[in-house]
Amino acid sequence: MNLFDDYLEVWTQSSPQLLEGLIVTLELLAGSCLLGFVLAIPLAIARVSGQRVVSGVAKAYSSVMRGTPLLVQIFIFYYGLSQFEAVRNSLAWGLLGDSFYCGLVVLTLNLTAYMAEDVRAGIIAVPAGEIEAARAYGLSHFQCYWRIVIPRALGIVTPVLGNEVIAQLKATALVSTITVLDLTGVVRRLAAKSYTTDALVMAGVMYALLTLLITWAVHRLEHKATRHVRR
Amino acid sequence: MDLLLKYACELAQGAAVTLQLALTSLFLGLPLGLALAACKLSRRAPVRLVVSWLTNLLRGVPEFLIILICYFGLSNLINGYFDGALEISPFVGGVFALVMVFSAYASEVFRAALVAIPIGQIEAAKTCGLSRSQVFFLIQLPLAWRNCLPSLNNLWQSLLKDTSLVSVLGLEDLLKKADMAAQYTKQPFLFFVAVAGVYFLFLALSDPIFVRLEKHANRGYGPAPT
Repeated sequence: MNLFDDYLEVWTQSSPQLLEGLIVTLELLAGSCLLGFVLAIPLAIARVSGQRVVSGVAKAYSSVMRGTPLLVQIFIFYYGLSQFEAVRNSLAWGLLGDSFYCGLVVLTLNLTAYMAEDVRAGIIAVPAGEIEAARAYGLSHFQCYWRIVIPRALGIVTPVLGNEVIAQLKATALVSTITVLDLTGVVRRLAAKSYTTDALVMAGVMYALLTLLITWAVHRLEHKATRHVRR
Repeated sequence: MDLLLKYACELAQGAAVTLQLALTSLFLGLPLGLALAACKLSRRAPVRLVVSWLTNLLRGVPEFLIILICYFGLSNLINGYFDGALEISPFVGGVFALVMVFSAYASEVFRAALVAIPIGQIEAAKTCGLSRSQVFFLIQLPLAWRNCLPSLNNLWQSLLKDTSLVSVLGLEDLLKKADMAAQYTKQPFLFFVAVAGVYFLFLALSDPIFVRLEKHANRGYGPAPT
């Protein structure tokens, strides 16, 4: 069992740090997913808007955020924006000056673009008859979206959004490049100190287990969201 | 703008490294992904299980961590056996990691595309007397190619974006070059936005290629000629 002894040693020596890192990772994941989800719905509605300008702006945002690497976006926000005096003196600096919150902001903005595309696909997939029925009942435009279209669209895209959450878990690892001590940040330090990859592999296993857990949770959620179509 | 022009040469060199990295990983990852997909459809249960577990594991771990593990792990391994006589470059380490990630995702795409082929096509090919490998290369592969092109486009886009992570290993790709220029000129915003622009351009330019490929692959499926 020589192989596992090394990993056991890593765990016994630095489990508090690993757990702290794990908590930071989970905070980033939960925070960016909740905020991203809330922001994605208006963006998706803007994407399907009849007004050219509105849908154009939303589309430009989506394609820029999805067409450039997340790491570059993180660098632009963390290193790039700090070069401007105006940004450093503004209120936003309270967020962007701190590496954790800066990471959270970029992760959220990035995820919003991806989730908005998914929600948009869901909105388009809502059968026209259901919307017509809602309109025929006298629901206003807002009520129609709030009560019919959005709930239906979210039900349709639950599995896709679940995949987005898993992708986001993996994306959070990138904030370790701007000195955030998330799980990856912690194990990078440990690995640099010990000149071995044991800690890195250990973190890999932890991420894989988290992925498994999220997959299971999404399955449960999907089961619930589609209960009206099952027999 | 003047600053960008001054460093344009450096940035172009970095962009060339980025493209090399992405294309090398693509051309190594496609055959490996196909081989893994074939394993997943194997008649032997152990092969199926092991490969499925392996690709699921690879897809559940951050790409960034895989790159770090591959580079430092390979370096340690080689140092242990060759006593430092051989050194692994960040490029090789990066390609190795990106190929692992890409092939894991591609295997899932290929598997789904192969499964989606109507069984009648394969039966017909067998009836015509084609051997197992002939059926695979002449019938299944061309049919699957058509099914998997849209997904491969997505995978290529994430692969190209993931190459930026290799800059953390010290490879002088586009992002690293820009980082160096940014530190020298104290203008990080300008250079990182320029990097984002170049990546955006690369992706925008590669999209028409996939559109062409898809059109070519779907040529037998259009509306019937009148």
